Amino acid sequence: MLAVNYLNKSFGGLQANQNIKFEVAEGEILGVIGPNGAGKSTLFDLVTGFEKPDSGDVLFLGKSILGLRPDQINRLGIGRTFQKLKPFPQMTVEENVMVGLMQHVSQMNEAREEAHRYLEFVGLIDKMSVYAHGLSTGQRKRLELARAMASRPKLLLLDEVTGGVDQKTVPELVSLVERLRTEGTTVVLIEHNMKVLMSLADHVVALHLGQQIAYGRPKEIQAHKQVIESYLGASYA
Amino acid sequence: MVTEDSDTRIVTPRRLGGRIPLILLSVAALVFPWVFEDAHTQHVLIMIFIYGLMALGWNIIAGYCGQISLGQAIFFGIGAYSTSFLFANFGITPWIGMLFGVAVSLVVAVGIGLPTLRLRGHYFAIATLVIGEITQTIFINWEYVGGATGIWIPIVWDNPWYAFQFHDSKIPTYYIGLAFLTGGLAFTYWMERSKLGLYFRAIRDEPDAASSLGVDLGRYKLLAFMIAATFASLAGSQFAQYILVIDPDTVFPLLLSILIVLMTMLGGLGQIWGPVVGAAVLLPISEATRIYFGGQGGAEDLMIYGFLIVIISVFYPRGLFGLMERLIKRRDNAGS
Repeated sequence: MLAVNYLNKSFGGLQANQNIKFEVAEGEILGVIGPNGAGKSTLFDLVTGFEKPDSGDVLFLGKSILGLRPDQINRLGIGRTFQKLKPFPQMTVEENVMVGLMQHVSQMNEAREEAHRYLEFVGLIDKMSVYAHGLSTGQRKRLELARAMASRPKLLLLDEVTGGVDQKTVPELVSLVERLRTEGTTVVLIEHNMKVLMSLADHVVALHLGQQIAYGRPKEIQAHKQVIESYLGASYA
Repeated sequence: MVTEDSDTRIVTPRRLGGRIPLILLSVAALVFPWVFEDAHTQHVLIMIFIYGLMALGWNIIAGYCGQISLGQAIFFGIGAYSTSFLFANFGITPWIGMLFGVAVSLVVAVGIGLPTLRLRGHYFAIATLVIGEITQTIFINWEYVGGATGIWIPIVWDNPWYAFQFHDSKIPTYYIGLAFLTGGLAFTYWMERSKLGLYFRAIRDEPDAASSLGVDLGRYKLLAFMIAATFASLAGSQFAQYILVIDPDTVFPLLLSILIVLMTMLGGLGQIWGPVVGAAVLLPISEATRIYFGGQGGAEDLMIYGFLIVIISVFYPRGLFGLMERLIKRRDNAGS
């Protein structure tokens, strides 16, 4: 479904992504790991058109999406969430979700009804009339998820979906991602919580200082010497 | 009891008192010129309608779409010059001139908007401000359209509706202004509940997130700018036909662009009624200072505007309408 081919991106003297190469098959969950500054969010920005790569290519469903704007990429079927949450604060929770839906439905009432289904999915239906600025971090994460899902993506890029939320909320968010897979959405997931990632991902890409240091199944990554040294630590060996 | 969500829940029209205040306001506006026959009072209302319409347009580009334009006088001036020039030189009815002004304004809005709406934050505001000043300078030096002297619209007594000139009474001008303002409000009401309004507000709140959800930022920002230009152009045409003499200092000044910003901020940015409320508060102050200080004054109204804006920005950043929402919430919370 998605093929990232030797992607390079630098900001001044900083090499944020260097020769990144991996593929994501339809229906799978790919995990992306790495310490802060490894280039994970930059990778998402490159795939979704927020940044232009210096070289390399990104293929989605066999076609290059390089040079397209983020909205064009979304309309092709790639949705995303942001590490630094970006709700529409002065819009209600319901309206937040409707924004993603309006490219698929023509009537506001239709969009409203469908938005309710996504809000039920993420457990925010009772907050639909609340302005988004009034939500907690965990609720905002759910809202971002519902909003991204509402644009009906074939591929969803989730940036630290469990980051910054309390331990009670983590299993709920994990089960939401599992349900996404069950319903046929392909997912690429940046995640620092190794327990979460290893339980969800079919494959994992490990980045360090902008370089791809490993790609494989979770078990292989857990045993990868360089990944252990640079990120996981000895307890995962 | 004040609940956790009480400050974050939306205020619905029902909680604002339903449709009854709107019906009362409509009736009051319709009978006003027959109750208050004083020409000056009617003049103030006409000016509120004209500037209110222009401010409604600015509210769409800035309040709803988040793009601060400081050059709306460009389109006000184009509207004013289009009707005046076509009527003065070719006898073309100002109603056609008004449509011509809108067409020219739309072309100019695209010409300005395509390169400048790519700019984010203050840069768009600075660009529109500079283009507004350049436009005024061009018109001051453009002899074909009257240069610095401007255009004196020939006085016509017969066929007032064709000439859009009403010398016997201000009442027709009052109702024309009211009709245009009502049209502007109706459009804003429809827009707020449509995909267009949803996209505009999404762009205002978080452009990156909007873009990631399939919203074409360039297209919708330009659309908002074109709507604002249309409103300003229509207001400019009405102004010209009401005053009957225009020059670049009157219809293109930066002060006019700033004035509608102040009106909208005072009334409530991104609120349907905000610009009209702001115009209804600020224009009488302007008129009062003009009458009281006469030729000796000149900036007293601006000092009062400035003071009001400081108070509103500090204590009620959502304007007088935000203040009203807050009072309604307080009432609701006290009642529950």
